[in-house]
Amino acid sequence: MTLLYGRGYASVNYPTGMNLGGDPSQALIHATTMGGFVISLSSVDLGQGLKTVVAQCAAETLGMPMEQIIVDTADTDTGPHCMGTFASRGTHRVGNAVIMAAREAREVMLQVAADELEVDAGDLETDGSGYVRLKGSPAKQIHISDIALAAHFKQGKSISGRGMFLKERSYPVPETGEMDPDSCQAHACTVADVEVDDETGVVTVLRLHNTYEIGRALNPAMATQQVEGGAWMGVSHAIFESTEPYYPASRAHGPVDFSEYLMPGSGEIPEQTSVILERPASNGPFGAKGIGEMTANAPIPAIANAIFDACGVRLTTMPFTPESVLRGLDALRDGEPVA
Amino acid sequence: MPLRIVNVKVNGVDQAFMAKPDTTLLLALREQLGLMGAKRGCAQGACGSCTVLLDGAPVVSCLVPAATIDGAAVATVEGLADGQELNDVQQAFVDGFATQCGFCTPGMIMSAEALLARNPDPTADEVNEAISGNVCRCTGYAPIVSAILEAARRRRDRAGTAEQEATR
Amino acid sequence: MARIDTEYFRDERASDFKVIGTAVQRSDALGHVTGRTEFMEDRTFPNLAHLKIHRSSHHHALINDVDYSEALKVPGVLRVITYKDVPENWYGVLRLIGIGPDDEPVLAEDRVLYKGEPIVAVVADSEAAALEGASKVKVTYTELKAVLDVEEAMLPDTPVFKRAGTNYFVYEGHHARRIRFGDVEAGFAEADHIFEWRYSSAPIEHAPTETTGCIVVPQSGGRLLIHSNTQAAFFTLDNTALTLKRPFTDLQVKGGTVGGGFGGKVDVMVEPLACIAAAMTNRPVKFVYSREEEMQVSSPRAAERIYIKDGVMNDGRIIARKIMLYVDAGAYARHSPYGATKAAAHLPGPYTIPNVYADCHCVYTNRTPSSAMRGFGVTIADFAIESQMDQVARALHIDPLEFRLRNAYRDGDMKAHRKVASGTALIEVIQRTAELVGHELPEEYRAMSSSTPRGAGA
Repeated sequence: MTLLYGRGYASVNYPTGMNLGGDPSQALIHATTMGGFVISLSSVDLGQGLKTVVAQCAAETLGMPMEQIIVDTADTDTGPHCMGTFASRGTHRVGNAVIMAAREAREVMLQVAADELEVDAGDLETDGSGYVRLKGSPAKQIHISDIALAAHFKQGKSISGRGMFLKERSYPVPETGEMDPDSCQAHACTVADVEVDDETGVVTVLRLHNTYEIGRALNPAMATQQVEGGAWMGVSHAIFESTEPYYPASRAHGPVDFSEYLMPGSGEIPEQTSVILERPASNGPFGAKGIGEMTANAPIPAIANAIFDACGVRLTTMPFTPESVLRGLDALRDGEPVA
Repeated sequence: MPLRIVNVKVNGVDQAFMAKPDTTLLLALREQLGLMGAKRGCAQGACGSCTVLLDGAPVVSCLVPAATIDGAAVATVEGLADGQELNDVQQAFVDGFATQCGFCTPGMIMSAEALLARNPDPTADEVNEAISGNVCRCTGYAPIVSAILEAARRRRDRAGTAEQEATR
Repeated sequence: MARIDTEYFRDERASDFKVIGTAVQRSDALGHVTGRTEFMEDRTFPNLAHLKIHRSSHHHALINDVDYSEALKVPGVLRVITYKDVPENWYGVLRLIGIGPDDEPVLAEDRVLYKGEPIVAVVADSEAAALEGASKVKVTYTELKAVLDVEEAMLPDTPVFKRAGTNYFVYEGHHARRIRFGDVEAGFAEADHIFEWRYSSAPIEHAPTETTGCIVVPQSGGRLLIHSNTQAAFFTLDNTALTLKRPFTDLQVKGGTVGGGFGGKVDVMVEPLACIAAAMTNRPVKFVYSREEEMQVSSPRAAERIYIKDGVMNDGRIIARKIMLYVDAGAYARHSPYGATKAAAHLPGPYTIPNVYADCHCVYTNRTPSSAMRGFGVTIADFAIESQMDQVARALHIDPLEFRLRNAYRDGDMKAHRKVASGTALIEVIQRTAELVGHELPEEYRAMSSSTPRGAGA
């Protein structure tokens, strides 16, 4: 038995959104009596953290602290339309819609504050802690709770805003495939280090070295969750996963539970080093690009290429099972060309 | 069909539920006691989302016939926090960004609790073994393992501090 | 936490943010660790009924007879639902954006096209009774030959099993979504080397820890409230209303907290039947996939087969790339026609190649319909493209990163689908990863930049 070691490389890009049908999302925002801001959406959080990241977008735009932001989402009676959470579109589309809504609400908020302070709205700024103040003389300030109370009970104004993002429909040209399907592209490069056991055919992914370019990491901790969890899925796809182990010849023997459908457990995960680069997208919320889907992609070919580097077996069919490694090694020993 | 009244202590409180032969502990907790922390991810004992502690030992509650546990003590994720104050494992999961969709989280946390109760200073390998029956599809596991190790460290530090104060 | 390298794109990323860019704690984390987060199934309703499905046991067969009389005798069984109870039985999940034809029945009529296809729904007082009722349904079949290979499905002699008349999706008169850019044959003729390999994958399951499901609750006034773990609330509402032939305002969807989706919860598979059952019984109805259904019946990531032929110069420039791509859609279209188009827009990968030719086929076979999954159209294409890049680099004895950098797309380049590239950063992620692993790049490669037009300077 010999343990063989190899390194493989892959680099990819990934589109944000896929809008062949037109790709809209909306957001509404309004202030409560004491200056909370409720963001009404119908968007879905699958666990990627949409609720948190859109609250950050609203807080930044309004100039208010995170504690003031309430996200109320995914009720079709109360939230305006959203296409849905897929195609790495959530942060980009919903983030943009929330920023637009928050800008409109901010304008009203500043006007109400200006009337209370008897100054010009253009001379006001937010301090991020809940106060609106006069630029240059910060002692002249008013708290959002007082602004909201004045708006509700004194001035009769609704501090609210409407936001909409639409990527217009693109019809592919049937002859050439000319189209404009995406809003921007994120990027990734992975170097994988693997170990191949030439007796059992088992591939162990030891390390993933990754760089991701994601426009803007709106929340670096949550961006890390996305890239590292996604890379794990890439490893899982590469060496384990299939609903049809004998595809395409036979539909039989499909796994029906987590005992049969294999994925790497916590004891089988590679060490991951991840670096993030930011090249803000001109159309992204604070420059952010969609990253949720991209991160599973580069590890798969990087692992295939590392397996070849380790043992000379070129695997061109996913997943890279021990059986396929052993068959490849047998073919090499027999001097057959490797498919 | 024989229907049994089963008396159990759940999170330190005396409770009772009615059990038919096919009533699992998971269904009893969820449908009769309203404790929704334990999740049905597979109902086959293979995903760990329904993990609770039965007399201190981690079990997949979807495979435990409720009628068989009369007199037992059950601990679920709902019983861990002290009012608003999270326990060490919960707090470490929050601090370490060890949750994404959150569906596996209660089961993960209960498996971790069982580990730390019997081994306050586990290695990463021991953590891996303890959560080997818990499936997570989002995180890639690394932040979960880190959070459990961090929780163990905090708990040991607290125990050490308490001991020092006691001997002072 | 991953570190952000602020040296790259320094001039473009300047910012003055208070909240953006900070590691704000997740707003849902407290709920997750205390068990308080409310998922779809964490709601209880009095008088809840359960729905289970009797499914096809054949890959491809005519249905001779469906006998559910024994199912109705099971204690607790309330109703049996067949296709005759579905107001608009034929649907296509993309009909809202005008992509047709509607090729899939909610419940099978005279035939089944895949093993596991729903035929009859059984509604009962308990999950156990619904399961037993479903198991008591007797269907007699005349088995037909199953087509299980994408290229076989497209052969002229292969029997057509789709009612639209072809075993593949038709893109505006073409058998594939086409990319035609430059002159690929001229490129091959000019190239110093030709390389051609085949790549393939098997279907992959999303495997979210929470299975797909919904609970539909009749409201006073006749509206139906759908608690769902859909990835797209309005997508579900609109498609369900079309199937029910009811005004969209009759429905309300609540959700937004999902135990993992990865693309597996956008097909609108459970809500229409649960709504029909709830309306029939005037009771709350739960329809949740079992783990086995999630694994084998819910749509997977499509298997793909990809042939790539490259024309490459001695200096490592790829001057022509031809790709034949086959998406195995399984028995019905769902999101796969869209995925094949997404694949087309992604080709030939993040490289600037002057001559590109691609046919991306969306092919039907007698297996579980595939659909959207994290990166569909792109993930498997990337496996093929990046394996190809490795093989070509090795054949020409060129460093694998230098080979990629030489061909990397840059701002201003025209992509094969005739969109001008902007905001590119492939060069930089390669450079930074090389640095990360101590892979030394020659100066000319370190000096490359995505924002420097090709040919200018380096």
